[in-house]
Amino acid sequence: MNTTISNTTMPIPGNDGLGSGRKARGKSLRSLWLVGPATIYLFVWMIIPLGMTIYYSFRRYNLIQPYIKGFAGWSNYINILTDPNFLASLSNTLVLVGSTLILTIVLGLVFALLYNNDCVIGKNVVRTFAASPFFVMPVVTGLIWKDLMMNPTFGLLQGVPDDIKEAANLDGAGAWKTFRYITLPHLGRSLYAIVMLETIFFLAIFGQIYVTTSGGPGVATTNMPYYIYLQAFSQWEVGGASAAAIFAVILANIVAIFLVRMINRNIREDA
Amino acid sequence: MNRLSLKQKIGINILAYLVCFLMFFPIFWLVLTSFKTNTLASALHPVFFFTPTLHSYIDAIVNNNYLHYIGNSLISSVVSTLICLLLGIPAAYSMVFHRTRRTDFTLLWILSTKMLPAVGVLVPIYVVYNRLHLLDNVFGLVFIYAAMNLPIVIWLLYTYFKDLPKEILEAARTDGASMLVEIVRIVIPLTMPGLLSTALLAIVLAWNEAFWAINLTNVHGATLSVFVSGFKSSRGQFWANMAAGSTLAVLPILIAGWFTQRQLVRGLTFGAVK
Repeated sequence: MNTTISNTTMPIPGNDGLGSGRKARGKSLRSLWLVGPATIYLFVWMIIPLGMTIYYSFRRYNLIQPYIKGFAGWSNYINILTDPNFLASLSNTLVLVGSTLILTIVLGLVFALLYNNDCVIGKNVVRTFAASPFFVMPVVTGLIWKDLMMNPTFGLLQGVPDDIKEAANLDGAGAWKTFRYITLPHLGRSLYAIVMLETIFFLAIFGQIYVTTSGGPGVATTNMPYYIYLQAFSQWEVGGASAAAIFAVILANIVAIFLVRMINRNIREDA
Repeated sequence: MNRLSLKQKIGINILAYLVCFLMFFPIFWLVLTSFKTNTLASALHPVFFFTPTLHSYIDAIVNNNYLHYIGNSLISSVVSTLICLLLGIPAAYSMVFHRTRRTDFTLLWILSTKMLPAVGVLVPIYVVYNRLHLLDNVFGLVFIYAAMNLPIVIWLLYTYFKDLPKEILEAARTDGASMLVEIVRIVIPLTMPGLLSTALLAIVLAWNEAFWAINLTNVHGATLSVFVSGFKSSRGQFWANMAAGSTLAVLPILIAGWFTQRQLVRGLTFGAVK
């Protein structure tokens, strides 16, 4: 908060004659010119379309049957909620998010502990290489994994859990206790934030599904973004896709509320 | 940690390198496959030693119109990043150096737009783009990528600008410098490294984007994400071609990514993780 005070009360030579009210008004007008364009841009590209999605979700609207139109009431929502495919995609989404969360948090923690160890030779280089997959396009990752998993000679993935157990054993119980009672509580708040950020990212997974399974077999790997994509671009059902999209927004918002509250607290502490 | 015995140190090192190998292996395998012939690439037993060929690379560039797609990837990522900087620099500057009562709320609102799932706005954007002839147009992607990255760019610039010593700006203000002069002559030069890595991160994120590219473009405006996903139906016959195309799509950004790692954590977590 110190910076705020020092900024607003800083005497500006030559401007001393101005009344404080006029100065404050000039200040907020100036910040409007600076912040305004960015805010308007985001409003036009995010909030207006979101409003349109809500509007479409109450309309009868099919792109290849333009003669069907008018107010639909809740029927799009009812259709979605009674569609077994939607319910399957909803549960797939939750399973996908839940399991990826557990996997990434557990493995991520273990790897992070590993690469934080000072005795690792060339620590930074190894860490950089290990983090490389993050920068690879999701569509490419999807295709490589499709290749590796279909290839019967590779069984790479099964090897991982044993190695990790070994790692835990190597350090002995003493290290485990350090981790459990010192490292983990220390990470608490960061972990909480990471869980929510990852949830928001995992809720939006699309590229990998598009190139590997296309949501199949059946709807076995269809998550919500993919379901909405199918509604919109294979059935051209704008109303239904919009209603499903509103569900996706609500799901993300449940997490986002907590996250925004936390970021807010951090901004205030820093300012 | 110094109490570890030599044996434990060796064990940790072996494990660290093993994990690194496992994480990096798919990328290594991709690059390796790209130098094989298609027959060798789809062999049942993986081959590690062979005579490398550039055939797939030549094929990607000559027959598969690779240059068209990389051109679109370059335009969409670079131009959208320029828009982000143009809108983001004044906004972040104002939020750090000319704070008002609304600043915290505005910043928070900007960050929260990043939490809106893309599918939530997919249909209206598609319908409007259809009317405006922006479908399958690379500039359609430019605008949406700018909106997608703007919150991250503003947040990163906000944190960089806050690290600037206040005294420097106060001195400039006493000399009667205008805001534009302040931004161009003081803020931008002093935060150049942060600015560059912010730009690089925005480029990486736009380059790898798949959802909008697949849904809004297919030939004329298509980026490398669309080019690569075109291999998805080939059922393994053209793995070498796929690998060469993917390597060409991934390598430049992978190298750029190595330089932006630190910013990545800062940018993607919006200060929720400290």
